[in-house]
Amino acid sequence: MNAVDSLLDARDNPDWDSGTAELGHVLKPGKLDLSHKVILYLEDITVTFDGFRALNKLSLTIDAGELRCIIGPNGAGKTTMMDVITGKTRPDEGTVFFGQTIDLTRLSEPEIAHIGVGRKFQKPTIFENHTVFENLELAMKTDKRVRHSLFAQLDAAASDRIAETLRLIRLDTHGKRLAGLLSHGQKQWLEIGMLLMQEPKLLLLDEPVAGMTDEETERTGELFLSLAGRHSLVVVEHDMAFVKQLGSKVTVLHEGSVLAEGTLEEVQADARVIEVYLGR
Amino acid sequence: MRTPLIVRLGRSFDSRGWLLSGLVAAFALIAVPIMHLLLPPENPLHLSTWFITLIGKILCYAIVAVAMDLIWGYGGILSLGHGLFFALGGYAFGMYLMRQIGRDGSYQSDLPDFMVFLDWKEMPWFWAGSDSFLWVALLVLVVPALIAFVFGYFAFRSRIKGVYFSIITQALTYAAMLLFFRNETGFGGNNGFTDFKRILDHSITAAETRVVLFALSALALIGTLLLARYLVTSKYGRILTAIRDAESRVMFIGYNPLWFKLFAWTLSAMLCAIAGALYVPQVGIINPSEMSVANSIEIAIWVAVGGRGTLIGPVIGAFLVNLAKSWFTVSFPEYWLFFLGTLFVVATLYLPQGVVGLWSRLRSGVKQGGKKAIAAAKGAGA
Repeated sequence: MNAVDSLLDARDNPDWDSGTAELGHVLKPGKLDLSHKVILYLEDITVTFDGFRALNKLSLTIDAGELRCIIGPNGAGKTTMMDVITGKTRPDEGTVFFGQTIDLTRLSEPEIAHIGVGRKFQKPTIFENHTVFENLELAMKTDKRVRHSLFAQLDAAASDRIAETLRLIRLDTHGKRLAGLLSHGQKQWLEIGMLLMQEPKLLLLDEPVAGMTDEETERTGELFLSLAGRHSLVVVEHDMAFVKQLGSKVTVLHEGSVLAEGTLEEVQADARVIEVYLGR
Repeated sequence: MRTPLIVRLGRSFDSRGWLLSGLVAAFALIAVPIMHLLLPPENPLHLSTWFITLIGKILCYAIVAVAMDLIWGYGGILSLGHGLFFALGGYAFGMYLMRQIGRDGSYQSDLPDFMVFLDWKEMPWFWAGSDSFLWVALLVLVVPALIAFVFGYFAFRSRIKGVYFSIITQALTYAAMLLFFRNETGFGGNNGFTDFKRILDHSITAAETRVVLFALSALALIGTLLLARYLVTSKYGRILTAIRDAESRVMFIGYNPLWFKLFAWTLSAMLCAIAGALYVPQVGIINPSEMSVANSIEIAIWVAVGGRGTLIGPVIGAFLVNLAKSWFTVSFPEYWLFFLGTLFVVATLYLPQGVVGLWSRLRSGVKQGGKKAIAAAKGAGA
């Protein structure tokens, strides 16, 4: 885990530790304010598609540094929730706040990505015609405007960061390969690596271990646990063994709202959860 | 350690690229003037005016093809209206050429002939300054860029993609053609501009002028290729192809695809306009048919035949298709469009990477065939 620690140290950001509830402090516009130790507020979110309520007055908060698992049957609204947080879908009603001050419903997808929300899709989405190295290079946190990209050159520090991430996701011998040639599990890891290069404060991971071998799944779990604390993670997963490994607080979604919340054992003992999963 | 821009630009071509560019430049700057101006017409090495005009014209087309490859091959945006920007560049420069006629027109007036014919007493406001070469050179670049920028901004912001975008670009160039067909628009109606006499006060039909225009076209093509190669090998180019392949991922890592597409789109339009401005004095005419949808589709065919996303492929495609065209339209004029259509179908079905792809496939095929032969020989020996 040494590699992880050094990687995390390298990207220590000064505004992260501002999690003290001072009585008064100056608001910096556009800066993440964690003074109440909460990174994400979803309040009464409703999303309807042609009369179908994908999300129904969903309320949820994620603490700074927390690792949270979201489970729920198909159609419970898990992916729609991620779409709302990342700006892909606008809610009909409700508010989404990132920290105390940033209203995510007013920002575009690239802006949301830029202020520190990273997202991994259900189906691994990487740049198949670029090399593994280039995939990480493009994801790296930097000035992401056209003008910068026209003259950008990779400096030694950036190359080191990429090399380090390559080692972390165990693709260090694949840097020059086209990403499209990787196995499914390796693509999943590459996408996670791209997320890490973005240095997000909040990571949204949609079924990150789908299609991975047991060993890969376990290593992914270890990685996530090591990221928690410095990053906040929201993991949507169907694999209960994986959820158990993470051992975090679990939220059960059903028909667009929260059905139950607690440890995995607690929610598994909940009669309503059993009914939803097993039917009457 | 930062590498200076000029060095990076120089490194965009490999040694083979520079060798090829050097040969083309030497041909255009040294061989053509000697073979056209100094050798007498009886000499078998003499280059005719017909040849210089034809190749000069195709050089301009090749610039357009490279510009098209930038947005289609690398950006995944198929424009079927790129002829519009080519024609706008041509029209802008044509205004200057019309003013250079001076009082030598049929009506011996300060106004261009078509305005006298329409009984106009003064020039429309947008003709102001068109007697200045520098002002017109600016117009050539700015007007198409502005139109491309505004159109592209709204199209890309609305996330119009694929075939929908292609259809809208067709409609755009078609609408512009109808507009330019009208006499009232002030660009000579369906006759357009022609009967040019001078350029920078030199006779436009003089052999020396032709040679200079030819050389400029060749240099512009080399410059376009160099710029395009720099762009596609830069980080910008990697982001552009990433947008082509997985736009949503690009957005979720924090790039706004709008500005990346818009940059390539606007630059591509400007390159087409430069090509148009070089084309008009060489062929001696510009009229609204340059904006016809068929012309723009032909540009896409050059790129498809040569090989998308290769930059050099579109140049080869532009030459192959246009040389075939100039031969076909003389020998079998009625079959040209059938041939063109067949070519597009064949290129799409059997040559996904065009001629360039075929070439590299043949080369690797030869290598593999050799290996197989060796393996077979070994097997026979055992």
